[in-house]
Amino acid sequence: MLGLGKKDITLFAVVAVLALFAPFILNPFPAGSSLAQFNAGYPDLMQRFVIFGIFAIGFNILFGLTGYLSFGHAAFLGAGSYSAVWMFKLLSMNVIPAILLSMIVAGLFAVVIGYVSLRRSGIYFSILTLAFAQMSYNLAYSVLTPITNGETGLQVTLDDPRVLGQTATADGGIPVTNLFGLEMRHFTTLELGPWQFQFSVGYYLCAIIMLISFYLAIRIFRSPFGMMLRAVKSNQQRMFYTGLNARPYTLAAFVISGMYAGLAGGLMASMDPLAGAERMQWTASGEVVLMTILGGAGTLIGPVLGAGFIKYFENIFSKINDQILHGWVAWLPDGLEDLVVALIHPFVGKGWHLTLGLMFMLIVIFLPGGLVEGGQRIARSLRRRKSTDDGKSASTEPAE
Amino acid sequence: MSKSNVTRRGVLRTGAVAGAGVALPTIFTASSARAFTNEPTGDTVTLGFNVPQTGAYADEGADELRAYELAVEHLNGGGDGGMLSTFSSQVLDGSGIMGKKVEYVTGDTQTKSDAARASAKSMIEKDRAVMITGGSSSGVAIAVQGLCQEAGVIFMAGLTHSNDTTGKDKKANGFRHFFNAYMSGAALAPVLAKEYGEDRKAYHLTADYTWGWTQEESIKAATESLGWETVETVKTPVGAGDFSSYIAPVLNSGADILVLNHYGGDMVNSLTNAVQFGLREKQANGKNFEIVVPLFSRLMARGAGESIKGILGSTNWHWSLQDEGSKAFVQSFGTKYGFPPSQAAHTCYVQTLLYADAVQRAGSFDPCAVAEALEGYEFDGLGNGPTLYRAEDHQCFKDVLVVRGKENPTSEFDLLEVVEITPRSQVEYAPDHPMFSGGSLGSCNSGA
Repeated sequence: MLGLGKKDITLFAVVAVLALFAPFILNPFPAGSSLAQFNAGYPDLMQRFVIFGIFAIGFNILFGLTGYLSFGHAAFLGAGSYSAVWMFKLLSMNVIPAILLSMIVAGLFAVVIGYVSLRRSGIYFSILTLAFAQMSYNLAYSVLTPITNGETGLQVTLDDPRVLGQTATADGGIPVTNLFGLEMRHFTTLELGPWQFQFSVGYYLCAIIMLISFYLAIRIFRSPFGMMLRAVKSNQQRMFYTGLNARPYTLAAFVISGMYAGLAGGLMASMDPLAGAERMQWTASGEVVLMTILGGAGTLIGPVLGAGFIKYFENIFSKINDQILHGWVAWLPDGLEDLVVALIHPFVGKGWHLTLGLMFMLIVIFLPGGLVEGGQRIARSLRRRKSTDDGKSASTEPAE
Repeated sequence: MSKSNVTRRGVLRTGAVAGAGVALPTIFTASSARAFTNEPTGDTVTLGFNVPQTGAYADEGADELRAYELAVEHLNGGGDGGMLSTFSSQVLDGSGIMGKKVEYVTGDTQTKSDAARASAKSMIEKDRAVMITGGSSSGVAIAVQGLCQEAGVIFMAGLTHSNDTTGKDKKANGFRHFFNAYMSGAALAPVLAKEYGEDRKAYHLTADYTWGWTQEESIKAATESLGWETVETVKTPVGAGDFSSYIAPVLNSGADILVLNHYGGDMVNSLTNAVQFGLREKQANGKNFEIVVPLFSRLMARGAGESIKGILGSTNWHWSLQDEGSKAFVQSFGTKYGFPPSQAAHTCYVQTLLYADAVQRAGSFDPCAVAEALEGYEFDGLGNGPTLYRAEDHQCFKDVLVVRGKENPTSEFDLLEVVEITPRSQVEYAPDHPMFSGGSLGSCNSGA
């Protein structure tokens, strides 16, 4: 079906179910309970999960397949965001033209940067892309201030032309990003007993686009083109000697991956019409590398898992402050309570980077294949147990 | 592919999936009945404190958070009540806001627009905050103010000094108590002319974002109208760390005044670099070389140490002020934390009280009602003398302090002396002043 193998259909179905039922899955704790702190099912974070999922899927097409480690992918994310916001300023608040333009602009950027950077491989390629990204960041930060509004970030204002839309709403506000009138920020809350589930229009748009991107990524992975990219990764020299020029393939992969990043940037701007220069900073480029490696480079679902993992830490762990810690361990005697809080303190709140760093080290050391390898190991051990069970029961149960 | 096996199980499964698919869109149509964004329904109300906990402005952020915690304590009837007793409006009685206990959530803006908006969004969407306040950078304040306008909650700006916050980027849901760059220029320039003479050549180093740009513009305009000449203006990135490469060219530029449009950690570093280069002992054009820091605070003075002595600047508030409001605030802050509050702490504390007071007077948490209660509101007893929240741009108008780094500090907190309290009339400007034009408030958004 859809040109996918049986295994891929299952994988795609799992991702689709996870994405469509995310508002339920991410809000397992009743609102108001002490564990509600760990709920991640609010629109903004869910949107971030899938948007960075798209970013990481695209990055993985380049890094996972060809082995070219780009340290400058944030440049495409930023370029996409800026073009989307400009579309909102000049054309209309509809997200479709914004997303299309962000992909086109990011693609053009990728052609230029890729054409130069792909002349080198290995560490030199990484450094070149990093240099280009930092250059874009600095341009956006100060030199191109009229286009990017510098550090403040590009925002939509009340006096933008918006030739196809309205400059301001009837009651004098800035119009909201929408899909043919369906407002991105609109959401409904479903209350089931003490549980609250939020369904946001913006999230479902992102989720559907993520599923399309995921489907395309599967097709690329399974295509002859994907096979060629893998050949580049395993031995580029051999490809040259057999008379194949690898560069068009790597450039195509680079551009596709850049357009994925541009799409992610455009979606980010569609959910929240602001584009800041720090989206292009090297830390943002590093983040997507972390996501991909954490989840499992070269696997299909790995980058999406990695993206979710990192964004969860960034948004949930960073908000645990001392006051909340004290609330959790209030049942301990006073001296012990302070001690426990002091011990946990460096790992939560603004110390979330430390926790993430430790997790990253543990995963890279013990699960070199990332979270996906962890999942495979668990599945394998379960299957082994199951197969021994089957062996025992086989004789007693009649065949159907 | 034409082979089809219709089984009972297959039909059931397909039916269930299709049913769920058809039912899914109906949850969007169920509209929730709410009057405005995050209407507090229980017996508590949540405020969102969004401050920088990392980055160049982390010191200010930490002090702001202390002030917010103190304000919440006072609103809930704890502590000694602080400024509640000196505030000209006496509708707050320590029973929370409209009888609802005040709770709060905190977030880290990282002094980045993106991170600040993500943090504010999670406060609004997850924690149901009905008001967002904070920010130690104008870039962040403008970004978060825009977000609050879209989401339909009130934004009470913390430390933001750029003209744009209540100028071209002003928003109907955003309010600023802190003074701005124009006011700094208007207050500082006459003092500078008196101290250093009217024939001076100035060199500006400017933090490269909205605050730096507008401050440079304001100081330039104010000093040039008094006869100063601006030799050159150079933009420096925020959080540069080392400013030596920017200081070196000053020596041979022919300037005899260096204006540092920097704040927080950046100002500490650039001033230290400038002093290390011997700028203060230098003679230029037959005059003593001088350094001016248009906006500074006690926290920065402490960071800069010896270098700050004798340097002129302006500030929103200082703990040594002797009015009843300031004394009460310094007293309760000192009792709780053991040291006096900074100007950042002061403005954040006052903003929280002003919000609570406006809700109480309006009798509703509805952002539009609160905004109406704040617009054109005259109050006193919060440390800056009689103050007006101007309705046209949501900017507070009050006296501005011109301060100087103390030569002989008596304690580690006694670092600034007040040179002049510039009266409110001298720093006022028309709402359509060219430095503030280009934007409009729009209409209030309650998110309904």
